[in-house]
Amino acid sequence: MGMPKKVFVNKEWCKGCGICVAFCPKNVLELKNGLIDIARPEDCIKCGQCELRCPDYAIFLKEAPENE
Amino acid sequence: MQSELVQKYLREDRLPHIWCPGCGHGVIMHAVIRAIDNLKLDPEKVCIVSGIGCSSRASGYMNFNTLHTTHGRALAFATGVKMSQPDLHVIVLTGDGDTSAIGGNHLIHAARRNIDITTITFNNNIYGMTGGQYSPTTPYMDFGTTAPYGNIDNSFDLCDLAKGAGASYVGRATAYHAVQLAKIIESAISNKGFSFVEAVSSCPTYYGRKNKKGDAVNMMKTLKDMYVDIKIAEKKPELADGKIIFGELYNNPQDEYTDKYQKIIDMLKKEN
Ligand SMILES: Cc1ncc(C[n+]2csc(CCOP(=O)(O)OP(=O)(O)O)c2C)c(N)n1
Ligand code: SF4
Repeated sequence: MGMPKKVFVNKEWCKGCGICVAFCPKNVLELKNGLIDIARPEDCIKCGQCELRCPDYAIFLKEAPENE
Repeated sequence: MQSELVQKYLREDRLPHIWCPGCGHGVIMHAVIRAIDNLKLDPEKVCIVSGIGCSSRASGYMNFNTLHTTHGRALAFATGVKMSQPDLHVIVLTGDGDTSAIGGNHLIHAARRNIDITTITFNNNIYGMTGGQYSPTTPYMDFGTTAPYGNIDNSFDLCDLAKGAGASYVGRATAYHAVQLAKIIESAISNKGFSFVEAVSSCPTYYGRKNKKGDAVNMMKTLKDMYVDIKIAEKKPELADGKIIFGELYNNPQDEYTDKYQKIIDMLKKEN
């Protein structure tokens, strides 16, 4: 079995359009200084809506050890 | 760090892409690589061909055999590629201007021949790259930089056009309906014949601003509200009132062009 997934961001590719913030069903994300910020990671349900909708591939789920 | 799919199929050294913040084109390109991944196509056997436009920049970002051609002519080049190497999966990524204005004739004749090419038109209802001129899909009386008093041309329904011209597979989905879009692209690539996909995009910078459609988030919400899945529309037509239908619109496999051409070659070889 794979490791649990975690949400990651690549701020260098983020253009701050706000689409992920608007479509995250759990209000996990915010824009901070115009760029994506994972404000409430503990609320993330790993649904992948952000990754699906980000036009810039700047946010995504990836397997990672719990404590990383 | 990137997602596995991006690492596998995109040219990371070419990213971030040049598309504006919130442009639907990035979501559509993502759906294309998910479809290719789901079909487990050998990347060496995929050839992405594009014309000129914001949408047509996609070929430069994708790590396959790629051909970035001239405005409107992607299908002409793609036809050449397919004729010379019929075992390639030839996928044309293009804009509404690129396919249906300057490239309109190439579209109808590629469809008429039913050559095995999948054409995915990123339809943002405007010429993005050149600054917001109206295109053949700009809705009647919408605004563009070249239609400051409203566009008096009627617009094409690209799916009807492709079907009427002879495409054997036709589908539509939007950048908001990205899961369904990838599924439709999968079916389109799987059809051995000419497949046309209208991928409805959004251009917040030109079409959005000119037509007061709000920001990128608003434009995504509009796609969600304006389009209804054909399966829902068939069960509950009242839910489709005033909306545009998306999904698989036509699927009627026919004899394919490069196969027919090969038969002639085989016949002549036998005679000699
Ligand atoms: C022969 C020729 N005519 C005109 C142009 C200018 N031109 C470049 S892109 C474009 C239209 C792009 O619109 P579309 O295909 O809808 O793509 P988008 O940028 O909206 O994604 C035009 C007219 C050109 N490059 N070559
Ligand atoms: S001009 Fe429009 S189509 Fe071109 S990248 Fe910007 S938002 Fe996208």
